[in-house]
Amino acid sequence: MAEDGRDELLGTDGDSEPLVAGRSLRNKGVEQGCSLLRRMEICVAEAEKRSGRNTVNMQEIFTVYLIETRSMEAVSEGHNSAPDSLWRRYSEFELLRSYLIVTYPHVVVAPLPEKRAEFVWHKLSADNMDPDFVERRRVGLENFLVRVASHSVLSNDKILYHFLTEEHGWREVVYETGFQAKAESRLRALSATFRVRNTDKRFMDMKHYSDELQSHTSQLLRARARVADRLYGVFKVHGNYGRVFSEWSAIEKEMGDGLQSAGHHMDAYAASIDDILEEEEHYADQLKEYLSYAEALRAVCRKHELTQFELEMASQDLISKKQQREELATGIVRTFSFKGMTNKLFGQEAPEQREARLKLLEELIAEGEDTVKEKTVECQEHVERAWVDMQRFEEQKDKDLREALINYAVMQISMCKKGIQVWSNAKECFIKM
Amino acid sequence: MSVAAPRGLASSGQKPIAEVLHPLAAAEEPLSPGPDVTVDDGGDQEAVLTNGTPVETSSPASASSLFNRLQLEDDLEADARDLYVSTETRDLFVTVDDPKKHVSTMETYITYRVSTKTTRIEFDLPEYCVRRRYQDFDWLRIKLEDSQPTHLIPPLPEKFVMKGVVDRFSEEFVETRMKALDKFLKRVADHPVLSFNPHLNAFLSAKDLNKRQGLALLTKVGESVKQVAGGYKLRPRPAEFCAMGEYLDTFSQKLGTIDRIAQRIIKEQSEYLTELREYGTVYSSWAGSEEELRRPLEGVASSVTTCCGALEDLSENMSQDFLPVLREYVLYIESMKNVLRKRDQSQAEYEGRLEAAVLRKQEDRTPLPLEVEKCQDKVECFNADLKADWERWQSNKRQDFKQLLTGMADKNINYYEKCQSGWESLITLLQDKQTEDKTSETN
Repeated sequence: MAEDGRDELLGTDGDSEPLVAGRSLRNKGVEQGCSLLRRMEICVAEAEKRSGRNTVNMQEIFTVYLIETRSMEAVSEGHNSAPDSLWRRYSEFELLRSYLIVTYPHVVVAPLPEKRAEFVWHKLSADNMDPDFVERRRVGLENFLVRVASHSVLSNDKILYHFLTEEHGWREVVYETGFQAKAESRLRALSATFRVRNTDKRFMDMKHYSDELQSHTSQLLRARARVADRLYGVFKVHGNYGRVFSEWSAIEKEMGDGLQSAGHHMDAYAASIDDILEEEEHYADQLKEYLSYAEALRAVCRKHELTQFELEMASQDLISKKQQREELATGIVRTFSFKGMTNKLFGQEAPEQREARLKLLEELIAEGEDTVKEKTVECQEHVERAWVDMQRFEEQKDKDLREALINYAVMQISMCKKGIQVWSNAKECFIKM
Repeated sequence: MSVAAPRGLASSGQKPIAEVLHPLAAAEEPLSPGPDVTVDDGGDQEAVLTNGTPVETSSPASASSLFNRLQLEDDLEADARDLYVSTETRDLFVTVDDPKKHVSTMETYITYRVSTKTTRIEFDLPEYCVRRRYQDFDWLRIKLEDSQPTHLIPPLPEKFVMKGVVDRFSEEFVETRMKALDKFLKRVADHPVLSFNPHLNAFLSAKDLNKRQGLALLTKVGESVKQVAGGYKLRPRPAEFCAMGEYLDTFSQKLGTIDRIAQRIIKEQSEYLTELREYGTVYSSWAGSEEELRRPLEGVASSVTTCCGALEDLSENMSQDFLPVLREYVLYIESMKNVLRKRDQSQAEYEGRLEAAVLRKQEDRTPLPLEVEKCQDKVECFNADLKADWERWQSNKRQDFKQLLTGMADKNINYYEKCQSGWESLITLLQDKQTEDKTSETN
């Protein structure tokens, strides 16, 4: 997955110069345009348990992950230098991602690995402390960092760089950016979705697609977990053959050896399912990544709705103010307004008052026009950039999932081969009975 | 369990009777076949007991013909070479096939075609083709048991089926039953003694099995064993027969366990199949909302469908072929146990009479009554027959299970091969597309 992230880049920054000798670039298979990843190698090497006091001053145990970075120059020179490293908890990764989403609303930001184990088939533990879960999370976190560091836009972010290089004080620096203020309120976003009128069709299609992607990946994950459960049962029952063949062989003379050996093969068969299903978890993780990606994609589409909506609101506001000005100027009331009503009821106001109001209106209109210009630009920029990034995402998704499916097929073939092997061995034993 | 091959015919025991020291005889007297039996040299059709009743000897297994056979050293040696008929010397071939439904006013039933090919002179024609129903097979089995009580008769498939639960006319049921009947008949035909039974002859050749009137048949030898044995208390079994009994008990138990495991596997496989089908449809429906990924996703769905089909075949085979054979063996074991019990009864009779005779002899010095000697003969005969049959049974069992288990392994291998090829074709499909894409990119 990490490799793909690096390869799958639409080079918007394709013109930037490589900072290291071409040789090491080619060795790493890194393409132009991913500035951070070209400058350093990133990995999440380990996981450890720590205990400490949380925000409500209660003792808790949590896991920290070791992030190691090495500059590319160091790598190309020799492998002797120790990498720089620091420890981060999952919540810090979450904070980083929240920051990136708010700061770059046109980017489909890579997701984090799941917070809690979901779509679990019965034997697999749903415990966050389980070593297998921690290991898979470590891999997922590394994948996240590599994807983000290889993104043409995100890789240039200072906060990201800081996250990777300075252990202490990072949280404060993030909060200081004030990104939280920029975060959309849910309510505003929802309102925009319902009330916006002229959305870009491509974005609406993409939003619809993100719903489909989410629905299908979650259905698939659920179905896969159920299949895994059942398959486990089938394999394990065969273990009983091992026991009964062994018992039976005790009362046989010529058949005894053959039966006994066959029984061992049945035991091996029953035991083999554990590794097979553990390996399949990797496939499930890939699906989970894209399940989360669907949400990120939808967020970008919602941002479009929001910017478009704000533009429409601003335009609407401007229009109504201009109308008010016209009415004031000409005295003709075309639309219902409170002022118009009071005028009718209480008579026209004095010319000085009207002048004052007109002047105010002109100011507001000027402001409004600026706002509209701003919003137009904002909306336009978002549309352009987001469209580019969504294309990038789509290509990446197609490539990643296609590879995931191929790998899944390879896993299945491997399982079939193992099955053939075991049963052939058993058959040999039966023939010798 | 292995017993050294008896020198004589299956029914002639460890040693010819002539050489066994009679327990009531004085030590220095070698036993002669008995002062009261007249033996014809060379002839195996005529033998007469002291009381003048002719002994029916057309079946070589009847106890009395034993004495005649003893004289035919050549025959004994030839038969010593094989305990059971090898394929090269087999001269009787039977097949059961072609089930047909018959509807009459009274009932509906299935008949099967029974085809015979033979060079034996006991049969008038070299080939026969008759139709028989289950009842007829049952009749044959009963007749064989009655006339050859010292031998193990192979079992038949279950007679009664609950009408509401099992469909007696379903293709699967008929097929399974037919295979079991075929096996039964083949086992009888391969048996060196049973295959000469006139009831079998009638079964294979007569146009109409007129069961009620019966055939001008046979000896009451078998019946006498049943009638008399009831009155005597059972004695402990000799060690070798004990061991047989224990073996049968344990074996029966193990087969029961295997049956349960197989049923459980079938059940688990069925549930797995249900989930797998659903799983496949999710891929198909996802494919509908994708462009580039549509083909790969549909490909996965199709591979999953292939696996579903393969799994169905595997489970069906386990139900149709594996389980019935297993269950049939359990019946076979029951038959064998019955024979052991009959042997016990016959021994009980002999030892009972012997005890009584010994008491009397001590009292009034009369010679050993003939009945006791006859009983002894029966017991020895029985033991010999049983041991020989046991050997055959063990050997057949080994072959049968080798075949059964190898078949099971084969079906599983087959299943995985089908699945593997389903997935491999997906990879080929996707890789072809990849090369297509690459060439179109470079162009």
